[in-house]
Amino acid sequence: MKLKDIIAALDAEVVSAEDLEKEISGGYCGDFLSFVMAQAPAGCAWFTVMSNHNVAAVAALTEVGVTILCEGVEPDEQLKAKAVGRGLDLIVTAKPVFEAVKALDL
Amino acid sequence: MSSLHLEFDVAGNNFVSAGSASDEVKKTLKMLGVDPVAVRKVAIAMYEGEINMVIHAGGGKASVDIDTDKVKIVLADEGPGIPDISLAMKDGYSTAPDAIRDLGFGAGMGLPNMKKYTDEMHIDSTVGVGTTVTMVVNLR
Ligand SMILES: Nc1ncnc2c1ncn2[C@@H]1O[C@H](COP(=O)(O)OP(=O)(O)OP(=O)(O)O)[C@@H](O)[C@H]1O
Ligand SMILES: [Mg+2]
Repeated sequence: MKLKDIIAALDAEVVSAEDLEKEISGGYCGDFLSFVMAQAPAGCAWFTVMSNHNVAAVAALTEVGVTILCEGVEPDEQLKAKAVGRGLDLIVTAKPVFEAVKALDL
Repeated sequence: MSSLHLEFDVAGNNFVSAGSASDEVKKTLKMLGVDPVAVRKVAIAMYEGEINMVIHAGGGKASVDIDTDKVKIVLADEGPGIPDISLAMKDGYSTAPDAIRDLGFGAGMGLPNMKKYTDEMHIDSTVGVGTTVTMVVNLR
């Protein structure tokens, strides 16, 4: 699914997005960072409610395609800055994780 | 490619700088044109080890040797040490306090991830003296 279609389907707020045409496939839901690094495939959508700057480090190292903050959770300032600075794709949706996943075809 | 040696100081209990050494190594490997799958393994394994030094050991030193056939990572700290290494290696074992869990760490999956993403891993630890973790990722 293209990033722009994900943003539309989730009615998401874009914190940082480089290439809206980017293709995202697969997904992982979870907040414990070590589980994410163990399980999330590169290029996937990562659904989380974790909003601190460690999210940026993990998203970058794990090479997730887009990080989706659910439940309307706002990223803290450091996460925002890191996402923009590193060109990570980060969006926020008001939907709970389960609803967000259901709204997408990944 | 000749061998390359990198060294980093990892500050304890600082979650803003945490991960910068792994990040630097990742950038270097990418620049050298190392296979992306291997780069991702090194980056994740080293980050987990780096974070463990930040959280559990008050910081430490990371040294990385990049060769044509392998990347070797040595993480050395002078923290409290690990009393029971095989217990610490178990999936889900963690002594991380609640404040650390609130940051997303403490699943007890860091050491298992380091094992999973490397070809060799060895922990040397003495209680009251410190811990040294050595990891190797083969490049071919
Ligand atoms: N460098 C270290 N010095 C002292 N103790 C350590 C060190 N590294 C790991 N440990 C101990 O081993 C346990 C397991 O480590 P592991 O990385 O698997 O999990 P964690 O750090 O608690 O959580 P996670 O890595 O999933 O965020 C830790 O909780 C800690 O008690
Ligand atoms: Mg850990």
